[in-house]
Amino acid sequence: MSQTKVKKMLFILSKATLENVYAAFVMANGARMEGIESEIFFTFFGLEAIQKKKLEHLHVATVGNPAMHMPTMLGGLPGVEAFASTMMKKEMEKLDMPPVGEFLEILSDSGCKLWACKLAVDMFHLEKEDLIDELDGILTIGDFYSRADQEGTQLLFI
Amino acid sequence: MDKTLAHATISVDPEGYLTDFSQWNKEIGIEIAKEQGIEMSDKHWAIIDYIQQKFKEEEPLSIRGIKKSGVIDIKAFYDLFPGGPLKKATMIAGVPKPKSCI
Repeated sequence: MSQTKVKKMLFILSKATLENVYAAFVMANGARMEGIESEIFFTFFGLEAIQKKKLEHLHVATVGNPAMHMPTMLGGLPGVEAFASTMMKKEMEKLDMPPVGEFLEILSDSGCKLWACKLAVDMFHLEKEDLIDELDGILTIGDFYSRADQEGTQLLFI
Repeated sequence: MDKTLAHATISVDPEGYLTDFSQWNKEIGIEIAKEQGIEMSDKHWAIIDYIQQKFKEEEPLSIRGIKKSGVIDIKAFYDLFPGGPLKKATMIAGVPKPKSCI
């Protein structure tokens, strides 16, 4: 239906700030909705988004983020990051953006493959049980590259 | 632009979405589905009914809404309308393409 030449989107998510996690999720889901294959490789801090105990507690970055329009010193005060995150989650809920856990379910059900980075899993001493049930597996970066198995594959680092 | 489907003339946008829902009927839905390579079944129609109901209520459509609808789960939705389920289902339903990114 669509005229796009993109057939498959591979995302590497290396950060756990809400804005980055949602960017990856919205793009991965948007690809599936257009009939484009999509997969996400969670590495380093991105792994927080697929850890059962952490995924509902992700925050926006209030320090070192000029677009927050907040003095850096204020952003660093206790509670400010949590407050900003709560506000942002409320705004997202208004737009019918699902919380992280539900979004992962939607992605998995939509056929988006979810992978954890082996090196990062080892580095953070994580076990398979720490990670979401929807996870498709733990891969090396080499394994992930081999997922780029067709013309029209794009790889994006977030 | 005009298009002839199921012995009726309908107006569609460049992508093929009906621009006037009142011109829609089931036969037109079946013909659009065929063009998309989809053979309609009762399960397909249940989704189409849900989408048209949301359209009449002026409620936006999203994949999350489909999940919550209780009509179908997301896996089955993708199986029934392969390659862009919400886009194809709305086209068959004769309603505008959803503008949401989710």
